Amino acid sequence: MMESIQFKLNNKNRKITIDPDRTLLWVLRNDFNLTGTKYGCGMGHCGSCTVLVDDKPVRSCMVTADFIEDKSVVTIEGLGTPEKMHPVQKAFVEHDALQCGYCTPGMIMTATGFLQEHSGPSRDEIVDAMEENLCRCGAHPRIIDAIQSASKEI
Amino acid sequence: MKKVFNTSIDLLPRHIPSGMSRRSFLKRFGGGVVIAVALSDFDILEGAVEQQYPSDLNAYLKIGEDGRVYGYTGKIEMGQGVNTSLAQMLAEELDVKLGDVTMIMGDTDLCPYDRGTFGSLTTRVFGPAMRSAAAEARIILLQMASESLGKPIASLDVSNGIVYEKANKQNNISYAELTKGSGIVKSLKEKPRLKTPSEFKLIGKSTRRTDGRAKVTGKALYAGDIRLQGMVYAKILRPPSHDSKLVSADTSAANSSGAVQLIREGDFIAVLHEDPEIAEKYLSKIEAKYETPDSGLNENTIFDHLVRSAPEGNVLEEGGDLERGGMESDEIFEEEYLDGYVAHAPMEPHTALATMEGRRMKVWASTQTPFRLKSNIAEALKMKEEDVQVMQVFLGGGFGGKSSNGQALEAARLAKLSGKPVMVAWTRREEFFYDSYRPAAVARLKSGCGKNGVITLWDYGVYFAGQRGARHFYDIPNHRTVAYNTRWTAPGVHPFATGAWRAPSNNTNTFARESQINRMAAKIGMDPLRFRLNNLKDERMIRTLKAAAEKFGWKEITAPSGRGFGIACGVDAGSYVAMMAQVDVEKSSGKVKVNRVVLAQDMGLVINPQGATIQAEGCVMMGLGYALSEDIQFSGGKIHNRNFDSYQLPKFSWTPKIEVVLLDLPHEPAQGGGEPAIICMGALIGNAIYDAVGARLNQMPMTPERILEAM
Ligand code: FES
Ligand code: FES
Repeated sequence: MMESIQFKLNNKNRKITIDPDRTLLWVLRNDFNLTGTKYGCGMGHCGSCTVLVDDKPVRSCMVTADFIEDKSVVTIEGLGTPEKMHPVQKAFVEHDALQCGYCTPGMIMTATGFLQEHSGPSRDEIVDAMEENLCRCGAHPRIIDAIQSASKEI
Repeated sequence: MKKVFNTSIDLLPRHIPSGMSRRSFLKRFGGGVVIAVALSDFDILEGAVEQQYPSDLNAYLKIGEDGRVYGYTGKIEMGQGVNTSLAQMLAEELDVKLGDVTMIMGDTDLCPYDRGTFGSLTTRVFGPAMRSAAAEARIILLQMASESLGKPIASLDVSNGIVYEKANKQNNISYAELTKGSGIVKSLKEKPRLKTPSEFKLIGKSTRRTDGRAKVTGKALYAGDIRLQGMVYAKILRPPSHDSKLVSADTSAANSSGAVQLIREGDFIAVLHEDPEIAEKYLSKIEAKYETPDSGLNENTIFDHLVRSAPEGNVLEEGGDLERGGMESDEIFEEEYLDGYVAHAPMEPHTALATMEGRRMKVWASTQTPFRLKSNIAEALKMKEEDVQVMQVFLGGGFGGKSSNGQALEAARLAKLSGKPVMVAWTRREEFFYDSYRPAAVARLKSGCGKNGVITLWDYGVYFAGQRGARHFYDIPNHRTVAYNTRWTAPGVHPFATGAWRAPSNNTNTFARESQINRMAAKIGMDPLRFRLNNLKDERMIRTLKAAAEKFGWKEITAPSGRGFGIACGVDAGSYVAMMAQVDVEKSSGKVKVNRVVLAQDMGLVINPQGATIQAEGCVMMGLGYALSEDIQFSGGKIHNRNFDSYQLPKFSWTPKIEVVLLDLPHEPAQGGGEPAIICMGALIGNAIYDAVGARLNQMPMTPERILEAM
């Protein structure tokens, strides 16, 4: 059954008619071509698919389209562009805090949501906030450093 | 010491594409020569085979009309950073700005044939070929400029892609103006010399990843991000177990719905729809019955099975007299080391999009072997190789797992059958099922030493890990190294597919060797670093160990000292690695916290020190997983770990302080960097656990339960 859903996506008002049970991850990737949001596990275990919903990190593989009704969704594409990067994106580049880059959008969205609520976090607090995001390449030490340095810019 | 090289061993799959496409490629680029690259004995034995690369420089580079320089390589970028280091090499020899270089990678129509991205071969084998092409191009461009400017070559120099007269910089001409967008038609009879370290401007300088911006903004395209008009997702019926046989499948519900397209060829059943969730929903409506035998194999019984199934041994190396060695030893150690199956688990599962364009098939696939994939598709679909093109994409990790291309063959098959662009994006569940795991293995080691700390006997046999890294590098008079199955695959023996896993074989072999070394040192009450140095003549290893010790601030220990100090060293892909660590073990729970890891690496000339350091850090983090937690559980061909809730990857809280020392050896040939540092992680941590609490583990992963049991 199709329903009409209104929401904000990367700061633009949107209205779509959609099966409300569809998973947000695939709506973003396929209906809006926002492929920066990645599938890693589909079960909420890895964090690759993280987006911000009303400024909070949400695993888009774990929520359905109706969840975003009247809410504001930000994906990695909405955070910043190659020409105008968000401070967290910039810090990841400056610290080389990525290798294959597949976990990176999810890492950045999780970190951004965390930093918006916590100013000047300690290393341990950053580790805690990122703990459930997986990175197979082992970029962890540099991701922690990048978030620490981005925290000074936000 | 007598070295026995067995020449009949099966090296890496040596896939040469069939005549047609290779010939047509060479016609385009005019003849091929072997780029002479010195690989060591180790490499030759361990599977690094020299490859023919074309001699025509146009195969490697093109200067665009706008001055952009395009570098071409059959290698792919999966996080290891070669799009940056190759661009550094190209820009260095050509004298252009790094920012002006774009790397075209893994496109089988555009790039020179390559066997694949594995074995840490990109920098050491492809690198020199690319550098040589760029150096040749630079000289020819100088000749062209000399004609155009009317000045002798000796009076000219080049910087940032502009040739100028030294005495009058205003008199200049750019590469782009010289080539006007076409290829370089001349060639030199003799290949010019490469730059020496004193001339380097880019090589050896730490350089940030060139793909960083694209990756942090979601712009980098992976196979699953490609969108084509009319494309559909395929969901494919999967058996519950690798040894299952399909008895019946009732597809009527999916078929009659009219909502999806159903494709069936024998046991191969797929549901197609533009929304992957709808395809999945209808796939689940198929009622399939399977018969699954019970082989009785599981993660505990596998080791006996492996020893029982072992083929005849392959003597890799032997010398002296084992019996005499035994008699001369004051202490004899006879140990068995075990290693379970480990998944590659890249964050991006295997993904591919395939489409027919007229008679041509185009495929975007997460693959480490695009040229092999092209051949495999042509063969499977009875197409001409030249009609298949594998395209460039980024890979979300590979680690050896994406040298097998099952998903892309499925996508190609379905694209041909349906006439539509078909995306096959394995779910994590499928990824854990169809992975080519690092093989479970058994290593048996009998060694002996004198009370004086001299190793007198070494008798090593390794079952099914493979031979890379099996040979020791200590100075031992009586020794033998035997590989029972020299490769990491063994069809019919393992209950599912196995394959190359980052530094294949070497993780298991180094775990056994370096654990045994510490065991011997502890028994005779000698510091494990001193014990190693006592038995080493190899200057490279001595120097690497000393570099690690200096950085770490190694203090002599007689293990178990309670300090939690670990040490291990090894050789892989031409590089030498020595590592030291400090760990804490919680006695009540058996939980290990690795606090600090120091790593010294002799990798010859380092192209991008920052990139090499990052690879080493990644090896440490990834290695924590196989050392401490990663283990596939199974019953016969049924895999029990199908997602990250039951398969524990290293997490942020595990991150130790990692310090990397790269030995400064700019005049030595470049060696591998993506894999070597991971090989020591098992023994490093095992030895540190022993030093901390006196518990010696002979089996990986060293889980809290196993540690408690050993305490
Ligand atoms: S894909 Fe959503 S948490 Fe892994
Ligand atoms: S950078 Fe590859 S998974 Fe994190």
